[in-house]
Amino acid sequence: MASSLLRTSTSALRAATRSAKPVGAAGLAGTSFVRGKATLPDLSYDYGALEPHISGKIMELHHKNHHQTYVNGLNAAVEQIQEAQAKGDMAKAASFAPLLNFHGGGHINHSLFWENLAPSGKGGGGGPEGELAKEIDETFGGFEPLRKKMNAALAGIQGSGWAWLVQDGEKGGLSVITKANQDPVTGSLKPLLGIDAWEHAYYLQYQNRKAEYFDAVWNVVNWETVGKRMS
Amino acid sequence: MASPTHKLPSLGYSYDALEPAISAQIMDLHHSKHHATYVANLNAALASYSSASVPDQIALQAAIKFNGGGHINHSLFWANLTPASSPDANPQAAPQLIKSIGETWGSVGGLQAAVKAAALGIQGSGWVWLVREQGGKAAGRGGLRIVPTKDQDPVVGGEIPIIGIDMWEHAYYLQARQFPLHYLNGKASYIDNIWSVINWKTAEERFLGGREEAFSVLKSSL
Ligand SMILES: [Fe+2]
Ligand SMILES: [Fe+2]
Repeated sequence: MASSLLRTSTSALRAATRSAKPVGAAGLAGTSFVRGKATLPDLSYDYGALEPHISGKIMELHHKNHHQTYVNGLNAAVEQIQEAQAKGDMAKAASFAPLLNFHGGGHINHSLFWENLAPSGKGGGGGPEGELAKEIDETFGGFEPLRKKMNAALAGIQGSGWAWLVQDGEKGGLSVITKANQDPVTGSLKPLLGIDAWEHAYYLQYQNRKAEYFDAVWNVVNWETVGKRMS
Repeated sequence: MASPTHKLPSLGYSYDALEPAISAQIMDLHHSKHHATYVANLNAALASYSSASVPDQIALQAAIKFNGGGHINHSLFWANLTPASSPDANPQAAPQLIKSIGETWGSVGGLQAAVKAAALGIQGSGWVWLVREQGGKAAGRGGLRIVPTKDQDPVVGGEIPIIGIDMWEHAYYLQARQFPLHYLNGKASYIDNIWSVINWKTAEERFLGGREEAFSVLKSSL
């Protein structure tokens, strides 16, 4: 599972995890964990560059505080697992699996998210092109139905979580899925486009009007990145 | 058959009454928008339930659980908060409960530390509750527990909710730098400060009563 995550990961994820192996539940059974520490990836645009759709204040807190907390939590979890493993206490090592999933997922998800966003008119917005557009047409009947489907999925999340446009690495088809909290996209599914539906992703600007955020975020979707993630 | 319609309960205090611990803007949005949406969605799900097919009824159960839980949890939450200036905000308003807390955690400070650890351990949206096991000896040892719940799952089964703290980001996030107490992503300070507006009188009543008493706030909002 860990290796399939690596194959499906983007340059953002690789850069974010540096020499670190991506984390996954399978990592627990592995013989080696992370050589380097996970680090916070840089954004390729300024915090204010996604305005007016996502405020600079939200981007700054989201990146510098929330994402950093996941990075720290991931490194701490990995360290605790390694310590327990070194002592041969596998039960204790396994007990850190939920923390690894949460913080590792948070790190992976946000790394993918920053890269699938771009300033409106500078790589962000518009619609899918080329092969991706063709696939979306075939699966959803066009970009507009996909947008509606993804917005409905986002609105239906009961709590914190994410909605993803994914590609099945084995069967090839596209679909829209939701994941609770920071559960990462795993298995044969490859994440193409992720939208963060946690309240911290929009609350300072949109408060409870989350549907407005789900509408606005499409103005800053980086379709080039999304297309490149598709195989 | 028309099911009873649930209503948004009124708060026993004004939106700004919990400042500086919780800002008026947060209270307003939280009550008039978030809680109101749970009530509206609960009523909508219940209204279509009785005439729905069995598969549709099963599908509606998730909406009823989520929105019904949201309604229950927020109703309990508003009632276990009170302005810091109120005598009810003093732990001395809950002599029996404080005695039991002392037996379980050593002191109110011990309880607060345990609640904080549970609250910070929630991975996503949820609540942290001080509960008493029904049938447990009210003033005796062992009846009290701290229970984190996810999303809007309510405390159901044999437990009596005594104090609930909303750990969704909407409960604290808007208190930015311009506020005397600011939270944003700093949920630890939100937990520290909310103790100044906990209604210990309500907590004592729930502790000494049964589930009926604890949930009585819901009857008034039917
Ligand atoms: Fe996020
Ligand atoms: Fe809430």
